[in-house]
Amino acid sequence: MKKFMNDAEQFLSESLAGFVAVHADVVALGEGGLYVSRAAPNKAKVALISGGGSGHEPLHAGFVGTGMLDAACPGQVFTSPTPDQMLAAANAVGGAPGVLFIVKNYSGDCMNFEMAAELYEGKIATVLVNDDVAVEDSTWTTGRRGVAGTMIVEKIVGAAAEAGKSLDELKALGDRVVAATRSMGVALTSCTVPAAGKPTFTLGEDEMEMGVGIHGEPGRRRVKLTSAKTIAGEMVEAIVADIAKSGVTGGPIILLVNGFGGTPAGELYLMAEMARTDLAARGFTLARMIVGNYITSLDMAGCSITITAVDDALLALWDAPVKTAGLVWG
Amino acid sequence: MSSTDAAQTGLTIEALTKAIDAVVATIVDHASELTDLDMAIGDGDHGLNMKRGFEAVRGAAAKIAAQTPADALKTIGTTLIMTVGGASGPLYGSLFLAMSKAVADRPIDLVVAAEMLEAGIQAVQSRGKSHAGEKTMLETLIPVGAALTAAGPAADPAALTAALKAAAAAGAASTVPLRASKGRASFLGERSIGHMDPGARSSELMVGAVCDAFFAPAP
Repeated sequence: MKKFMNDAEQFLSESLAGFVAVHADVVALGEGGLYVSRAAPNKAKVALISGGGSGHEPLHAGFVGTGMLDAACPGQVFTSPTPDQMLAAANAVGGAPGVLFIVKNYSGDCMNFEMAAELYEGKIATVLVNDDVAVEDSTWTTGRRGVAGTMIVEKIVGAAAEAGKSLDELKALGDRVVAATRSMGVALTSCTVPAAGKPTFTLGEDEMEMGVGIHGEPGRRRVKLTSAKTIAGEMVEAIVADIAKSGVTGGPIILLVNGFGGTPAGELYLMAEMARTDLAARGFTLARMIVGNYITSLDMAGCSITITAVDDALLALWDAPVKTAGLVWG
Repeated sequence: MSSTDAAQTGLTIEALTKAIDAVVATIVDHASELTDLDMAIGDGDHGLNMKRGFEAVRGAAAKIAAQTPADALKTIGTTLIMTVGGASGPLYGSLFLAMSKAVADRPIDLVVAAEMLEAGIQAVQSRGKSHAGEKTMLETLIPVGAALTAAGPAADPAALTAALKAAAAAGAASTVPLRASKGRASFLGERSIGHMDPGARSSELMVGAVCDAFFAPAP
């Protein structure tokens, strides 16, 4: 393992200290380092709080700021944060309009956010993100994983919260965006958790893991590496086949091609081109496209493709101004 | 505690403290084994998370030593919830909190201990929305709970230790051929078959440590 670090135990706190120092105009570190909040909290609106294991940067702390999240709770690397973190964040940024948790669907995240919601005394609701189509057989799993689509949910719901929507409206909007979002990932290499010191899994030189999750957890199957066009085609096919079950067979979409941390931008744009042309040929309109390392998996090479079916109202929320460490526009 | 002491005065905080020390030691000693098991079918953090949590329990030793056994179990549960993270934190935390609640101001003898463990298992099932056969820690805890209940109030310590350890080992081993349907291992589908569940293994380690601390003859 080659990583920039001093002591595995201090990895998270030192990295977080750097993050809040660099982005001090946007974020502040909460009491005891339990959460990251906006530098200037606004309790007059519904507070959006997310969180999860670290190692996915810029998700989630990188999406704290005007137009997106109010606070994010970083867990240890690939480990859900604990209920005291979410409770402290909710007490710090939540006001009378209420608190909305945005949670990626993993057993640990669900349980820890659930315990925090039970302990919080104000109004609270939860949106569960489960956009990963790689998890096929839902009777055998805890349900689909929440992956890169989480960023789209946080952006759109964040814009609506900024516009003063109520907790009930935001919960309904969040559920709607989740229902309109599908993702699929592929890994070309494994990733190494700093404290573990060795790769989570091993892939041969000529192998890839199709349907990989964002913690390096294996996906649908391990196959021989092939052309970018074929890889993107398989991912798009899985996504399109799945969203068709919800009645979406074309029309305007947001396309997100997300890097897992170890793949250069040039390759990501190449994959975006493959996905874009494939989707266009299938009758989808590329209303917005975004490419970059947003929901990473430490140093894993690979990417995910996400689409969200949108209408003009959702596009307006997507286009609304945002100022966070990870996303800035408008 | 010896079973005779337990029948008369119930579990003392001294005996419980000894058991806590033994559990912390075994979890710390086996952290890399648990992490390796988790790398095979999860995300490779079970050993690290459990080690961090139980070292925090060790850090609360002075507080625990001044508490009743029921309050000590509550301290352990709360500490684990706040420090372990992942799924193991809420699950093990809920186990200890429910065991604490089930004491209900009674002296802890083997019958009460069995009731406590059953309450703890119920709490794990309800927090994890899980049941037997899903390749989880319940595969270890459920047969151990049944063995403790079956042992009755006057069980011979050596025989009870053997029975509980055997139930725990068989339970953990039984996860190997199972296909996971809860937790991150479930995403592997068929590929989760052939590996021991790390949570079932950590539960086995804890049961063994508690038995040794309570029932092993003094050196």
